Amino acid sequence: MRMMLINVRASGDGAAAGGALLMRAHSRRRRHAIARQGGVVAIYAVATAVTIVTLAPFAFTISASFKTLSEVLEWPPSFIPSRLTLDNYKAVWTVSPLFPRWLLNSALASAITVVTNVFFCSLAGYAFARLRFPGRDAIFLATLGTLMIPGQITLIPRYIIVHRLGLVDSLAGLVLPDVARVFGVFLMVQFIKAIPKELEEAAKIDGCSRFGTYVHVILPLCRPVLAALTIFTFQGTWNDFTWPLIVLNSPENFTLALGLNYLRGQYYTFWHLVLTGSLFNIIPMLMIFLLFQRYFVQGISMSGLKG
Amino acid sequence: MRASPGGRPGTMWSRMAASLRKESVSEAITGYLFVSPFLVTIGTFIFFAAVYAFYLSFHKYDLFSPPEFVGLANYRKLLTNTDFRIALRNVAVYTAGVVPTQTAVAIALAVLANQKLKLRGFFRSAYYVPCITSSVASSLIFMWLYYKQGIINYILSLLRLPSNIDWLGNPSTALPAIMTLVIWTTSAYFMVVFLAALQDIPTSVYEASKIDGASGWQTFWHVTLPLLRPSIFLVVVLGTIGCMQVFDQVYIMTRGGPLKSTMSIVYLVYTEAFGDLKFGYGAAMAFALFAVIFVLTLIQRKYLDIKIEY
Repeated sequence: MRMMLINVRASGDGAAAGGALLMRAHSRRRRHAIARQGGVVAIYAVATAVTIVTLAPFAFTISASFKTLSEVLEWPPSFIPSRLTLDNYKAVWTVSPLFPRWLLNSALASAITVVTNVFFCSLAGYAFARLRFPGRDAIFLATLGTLMIPGQITLIPRYIIVHRLGLVDSLAGLVLPDVARVFGVFLMVQFIKAIPKELEEAAKIDGCSRFGTYVHVILPLCRPVLAALTIFTFQGTWNDFTWPLIVLNSPENFTLALGLNYLRGQYYTFWHLVLTGSLFNIIPMLMIFLLFQRYFVQGISMSGLKG
Repeated sequence: MRASPGGRPGTMWSRMAASLRKESVSEAITGYLFVSPFLVTIGTFIFFAAVYAFYLSFHKYDLFSPPEFVGLANYRKLLTNTDFRIALRNVAVYTAGVVPTQTAVAIALAVLANQKLKLRGFFRSAYYVPCITSSVASSLIFMWLYYKQGIINYILSLLRLPSNIDWLGNPSTALPAIMTLVIWTTSAYFMVVFLAALQDIPTSVYEASKIDGASGWQTFWHVTLPLLRPSIFLVVVLGTIGCMQVFDQVYIMTRGGPLKSTMSIVYLVYTEAFGDLKFGYGAAMAFALFAVIFVLTLIQRKYLDIKIEY
């Protein structure tokens, strides 16, 4: 509509009006050039300020991980430790003997859910996108509908089911409800639908079975979306708190996320250890993010939904 | 049976149909096989679980004795329960504070991250880091930052602002403190949604507004923002659904205290179900929350969802 207005004004008015418009545009451009330089500086200043706000808490945490407990809690707080000590990194493994277990449990749970989600979601995604079977679209729509159901609705029944299966307080109970997520299938279907069909037909003519086609044709083409799925699944399990809190009871079965809270809650809080420990939770995720960040963005913008 | 050349078309067709049927039957079986691991998981832990939760909400159940039908008693109890009312109010305040703020911050971050800056990649990643941090790590770090003799109070004292505040220990500041943490962690997630939307706006739209002599601010206000409306709707809905279910931060930082000032509905569901083994009552509470979320989503759809045409 605005564009139309301009056209009307530019063509409809007389030549005199047009000349005045041109002159006005000239002086405006000069003013703009000056304003633009100031603007660029301002934008950099704001962008840097925001960076400080988002990263400062991590900087303080890293700094604290090199401090003694008394220095972590002293007033006024200092940013640079008086003397660098790696004691916290050693102590976190020895003072809390379960720390390595938590790290291992988290790694195992994340690895299992990543592998099962990549396999089950891509397999289901291939079937929903390519194979014809009665009720396919209805089933797919129904599973999409479950994205509307908030997680807290299913929390209680999940626990009861896992309890019935005798899997409370075990790694199996922890990962079982999450071996295939709706979001993953959604992501895969979107991606596989966009793959040209000719490639599969060639494989079929070569006598490839459907599973063979899936393994040899579809999976290699899905690499980018599988990377996104890997990251989202890893993040979901590695960072999860609520479900492990409910299903795990014994400290030796805890994930790192749960263990960190346990470390804090035990008695008096050893902040230097809690903060150092939390870095072990943050850094693996951060590394994966930095390595694969374009898939993060792709995944979110492809779906507009939380993974 | 051998096919004779020039045989009756009927047999040819029926044979083709048979082989087609055989083909499609095998395709269907493969299809079901391929979706079965996914469907069994979702069927058990989402479909069945949701129905089971609904069933439980009309029962009294403690995991050990069989469920006992109590009709609407659980729901009736909710209406008179003061804790539930407090939690509902807390969550309303929390959502009303967090959703508009994080949406505005996310738009600002997206506009900023969309500028042609030299270090654009760095800035985008830096903004996203809080978002990949687990709720536990960010809650623990902020607990320490919010400490009475902690860094946040120290920064406030440098700015000569009131600084001797026990952020998480004071009923009037604990909820805003958690809200601030959540805004800090989730804004960047929604930034990505807006960034994608910004990149979809055709440059011709901006050129038109430039020719029209609109300032940067005017362009943003009258051109960019209206075009972002569908994304704003999405972000507000997703943000509201997320906010209504706040739990981790409350559990880790305050346990609903002080004086129930941070008690959320999901925290209450957790304590009723897993603390007191009142699974039926907990399920009823979860469904009440679901109803509230559903109604809010519908209301937002009415006011925010407007189709955009370029």
